Amino acid sequence: MKLVVTVVGKDRVGIIALVTKILADNEVNILSINQNILDGFFNMILLAESDESKIPLVELQKILREQGESIGVEIKTQHQDIFTAMHQI
Amino acid sequence: MITIDDILETNQMITEFNLDVRTITLGISLRDCAHPNIKQFCDNVYEKITTSAEFLVQTGEEIEAEFGIPIINKRISVTPIAIAADACKTDSFVPVAETLDRAAKTVGVNFIGGFSALVEKGFTHGDRVLIESIPQALASTDLVCSSVNLASTKAGINMDAVREMGEIIKRTAELTRDKQALGCAKLVIFANAPGDNPFMAGAFHGVAEADKVINVGVSGPGVVRHALENLKSADFSEVAETIKKTAFKITRVGQLVAREASKRLGIPFGIIDLSLAPTPAVGDSVARILEEMGLESCGAPGTTAALALLNDAVKKGGLMATSHVGGLSGAFIPVSEDEGMIDAVRKNSLSIEKLEAMTCVCSVGLDMIAVAGDTSAATISGIIADESAIGVVNNKTTAVRIIPVPGKNIGDEVEFGGLLGRCPIMKVRSDWSSEAFIARGGRIPAPVRSLTN
Repeated sequence: MKLVVTVVGKDRVGIIALVTKILADNEVNILSINQNILDGFFNMILLAESDESKIPLVELQKILREQGESIGVEIKTQHQDIFTAMHQI
Repeated sequence: MITIDDILETNQMITEFNLDVRTITLGISLRDCAHPNIKQFCDNVYEKITTSAEFLVQTGEEIEAEFGIPIINKRISVTPIAIAADACKTDSFVPVAETLDRAAKTVGVNFIGGFSALVEKGFTHGDRVLIESIPQALASTDLVCSSVNLASTKAGINMDAVREMGEIIKRTAELTRDKQALGCAKLVIFANAPGDNPFMAGAFHGVAEADKVINVGVSGPGVVRHALENLKSADFSEVAETIKKTAFKITRVGQLVAREASKRLGIPFGIIDLSLAPTPAVGDSVARILEEMGLESCGAPGTTAALALLNDAVKKGGLMATSHVGGLSGAFIPVSEDEGMIDAVRKNSLSIEKLEAMTCVCSVGLDMIAVAGDTSAATISGIIADESAIGVVNNKTTAVRIIPVPGKNIGDEVEFGGLLGRCPIMKVRSDWSSEAFIARGGRIPAPVRSLTN
């Protein structure tokens, strides 16, 4: 299953480290990262693949959301199909 | 390959413009529950619903979480009870309604529809028992929705049923007067009712449907309005194109959710209902889309044309996005459930009569309209007859969901709460009587389908 992880929040040290560590710990492979800082705000869209992962998506979403909240960023993890369904014929 | 812009656009639709899937509705046939003993029938119904829908809510919540798209309602529709319970030797179907309510609460759905009768051509014993049971059934249950189809293009209008339903609505209002006549908000009178509508209060599982089926209703007025915000000086060709593209995207999400729900529950996918369903939340209004097209207020001259364009473009865009379309499919104009409509009524811009004209070009009909408590049963029947005639002659679904709120008058406002919203009491423009007209009864014959002027 391909995942889209979007991270938005006030910039600080260690956001990418936090997200990528959680993904690595759960055997989720990163396919691409697009990241920038706008007016002090951190934006990242990360595409990943979770075929090797044992963790259910709902659990992974929860860990990322809660860990994100602990450092003040919003992390949303979605099944990629919602985007392909909407934007590809 | 999806792009960053695609991802941002989708998530912006969801978080800022209220894009959601309005409902996953599981249709369940109750024809195999029939039994002459009403207690046994109720046991069969409870068993069938609770086993068929055991995982409906859980599955809906999983899909919601995984894809990050809100699914507002999970609902059940069942075979019209007048048909399923026709064999029961009884003079009241209230116990059946209570069973439906109990089953709906057990499986955790938001509503259950199908306390219904199809009487466009005449009544069976079961139809009569059901109609007579409606006021008490709606007063003694929380989640049960009722509907009566009393007209069709092929059969004409059953004017006996029109007369009776005026009285039933009044009695329902009276029995639920402590809740602002809330019972009437769960009762829809139809012409040409579809059997695969996932939206409440008019959903029922049609007799031609499979044993079980998943139908999905999409939403998204906020997304359409936002798309039009950037087209201030565009002409109508461009407006229509933009609505089509937006409707396509909204519907694709509905199709995805329907496919997933069908796969995970092992129940066939029925249809997507291409409807723009508003909510009372600011930014989720159909009226505001019409105003975005250039009308100062919904109800101003031009409103019917604007709605016709909107309704048509939503269908054209949505049709290609899904494999099967059905249900009501159009823009809804429920007054109390649409923040812009409520505002237009308060400003005296929108009247019942203008809404009647609007129902000629959209789904569904005079919806969620509160009128004074002393409005007579004959006047309500007259309104139902008019609305039915529009549906019958124009070969489309029309409906009436009207709420005569006891003790309330013009100038008052009623609050129904939640998605049902709030509404100022609207005035029926003519004070003259329909009494003798409604008293005639009988049937208005089916219309000729050619020479269509």
